[in-house]
Amino acid sequence: MIEVRNLYKSFGDVKAVNGVSFEARDGEITGLLGPNGAGKTTTLRMLYSLLPPDSGEIRIDGLDPTRDAMQIKRTLGVVPDSRGLYSRLTARENIRYFGELHGMNSDSIGARIENLTRTLDMGDFIDRRTEGFSQGQRVKVAIARAMVHEPQTVLMDEPSNGLDVMSTRALRDYIRELRQAGHSVVLSTHVMQEVAALCDRIVIIAGGEVAADGTAADLLNRSGCDSLEDAFVKLIGSEEGLLA
Amino acid sequence: MSGLITVFRKEVRENIRDRRALFNSLLLGPLLFPLLFVGMMWFLESAEKERAEKTLELPVIGAQYAPSLIRFLEQQGTVILPEPENPEELVLNQEVPAVLRILPEYPEKWAEGLPAPVEIISDPSRQESNAPIRKIKLLLMGYGQQIGSLRLQLRGVSPQLAAPVMVKDVDLSTPKSRAILAVIFLPYVLMITAFTGATHLAMDTTAGEKERKSLEPLLINPVPRWQIMSGKMVTTTVFAMASLALTLVSFRIILPYMPVGAFGMDLTLGLETLLKILLVISPVAILAAALLTLLASFAKSYREAQSYMGLVILIPMIPSLIFMANPIKAESWMMNIPLFSQNILIGEIIRDESVAINWYAMSIASTLVIGLALAIMAATLYNRPRLIFSSS
Repeated sequence: MIEVRNLYKSFGDVKAVNGVSFEARDGEITGLLGPNGAGKTTTLRMLYSLLPPDSGEIRIDGLDPTRDAMQIKRTLGVVPDSRGLYSRLTARENIRYFGELHGMNSDSIGARIENLTRTLDMGDFIDRRTEGFSQGQRVKVAIARAMVHEPQTVLMDEPSNGLDVMSTRALRDYIRELRQAGHSVVLSTHVMQEVAALCDRIVIIAGGEVAADGTAADLLNRSGCDSLEDAFVKLIGSEEGLLA
Repeated sequence: MSGLITVFRKEVRENIRDRRALFNSLLLGPLLFPLLFVGMMWFLESAEKERAEKTLELPVIGAQYAPSLIRFLEQQGTVILPEPENPEELVLNQEVPAVLRILPEYPEKWAEGLPAPVEIISDPSRQESNAPIRKIKLLLMGYGQQIGSLRLQLRGVSPQLAAPVMVKDVDLSTPKSRAILAVIFLPYVLMITAFTGATHLAMDTTAGEKERKSLEPLLINPVPRWQIMSGKMVTTTVFAMASLALTLVSFRIILPYMPVGAFGMDLTLGLETLLKILLVISPVAILAAALLTLLASFAKSYREAQSYMGLVILIPMIPSLIFMANPIKAESWMMNIPLFSQNILIGEIIRDESVAINWYAMSIASTLVIGLALAIMAATLYNRPRLIFSSS
């Protein structure tokens, strides 16, 4: 469960996040939709305590990232915008490294990697060095290392970026499984189809502010449009930067 | 601390698989420098020998004015060449090291018993002509003394009266203390090795990690940032120390093959000496790792970091260069200056001088204090978000 209230963050003169508020519940997929540069990544970075907010309040399962950073990091699984892997380590070693950084013991890491290898279908490449991995393989490893400690809350920044159709389908299935298991999933995207296909709740962000917030049906009602696409464009006020 | 150990283990594993890291830290320094050293010694020795053994060929202008001098020179093994057309050009073009000119008034002055003028035309700024010039001067002085003695004897005066002081050399230097080149060169090489051994790792673990976009995911883990940075610095230090140890071992292996005779040096580097040197130089590895990590953390990419490193590598050279230009006596206050103190101490250890224990302690302590201060700065650097996101 994530609660965000009146979040502000600026870099110099640029107001990246300008009063964002939303909620993300357990057992639901929440999508942050907005054009490039809308403030999605900055919002997520404040959630996983990489950036301190200028003002506003964040609670993740009751914890505050500015004060309980270490504890929050233990309960969060994050697939950030940068998905750099260590190319001289195998996929398994990459995931194991993050497990060790979470203080897990060797046996439970091993068992968890077996589990994730099956779920994410990584058997073909789990013991290969990640040099030369395809984008799809990279994202799978990045997800696996973010999930190695079985976090309750999952944050994903543009998870389907650069993926082909098959990989995207597999990713969506996996995200639905997470919802099924009662996790709270927040993903950011600039792809409308992604939120339409996946998200229970949609938070539309534009210019650092929340333009609209609700289920797909809510948004259709509020905008008076027939299709989600028209609704998005109307609510954001422009087509710029959005992908159909 | 478990986070630090995890980071350390991963960095070691990753970098052992990196050919570039292995080459830079474990091969380049340990192989290149000792070979360079030996090569330099061979070259110096053979050049010195060649010059000493070479017969002196000397063009003479006005040989007809001083037949007895010419005969003396020929008796001493000099080959007298005929008068050249343009002696200045000959010297400037380096065709001969020097030309002797006997002036026309030579016979006249000689007959009057006044100093008879001769000129040596040469270019002393050419290093290679120094030895022949010295030889010519010695020969002319020898001739002058011989004639002078004869003249005194003819007048019934003992030539000894004209030599009131007799100078004798009493050489107290031991073969080891004569190893002057090694005394300058070895600390210099080790100092540079500490830095070159650390350079690649310092850049790869910080700027490289940023460039590969794996820094942000890494920092999301529940490990304090100072532990992550310290793990990286410990890895860098270990690689720098390994580089130093290998360099010393490789010197130990190569030294017996050196042309020792010519320089009269005895430089065997026993195990005890090696360990002492390693003890003295180890804090430099920590200092280098911390300084380079700190600098590389500001760079956005490996390439940018590399451009800083070119300048940093000058730092360990400074003390050695000062010593080469101006050899000074070791004093205890110098032990407080990192790099400087190691230079002195290693020199003393090689010369087999006994060094006070508190000198060791001061050198190690002062270097560690500065190294740790830099390490703390580097470790807390990533608390600033700007440094994390300053990528491309």
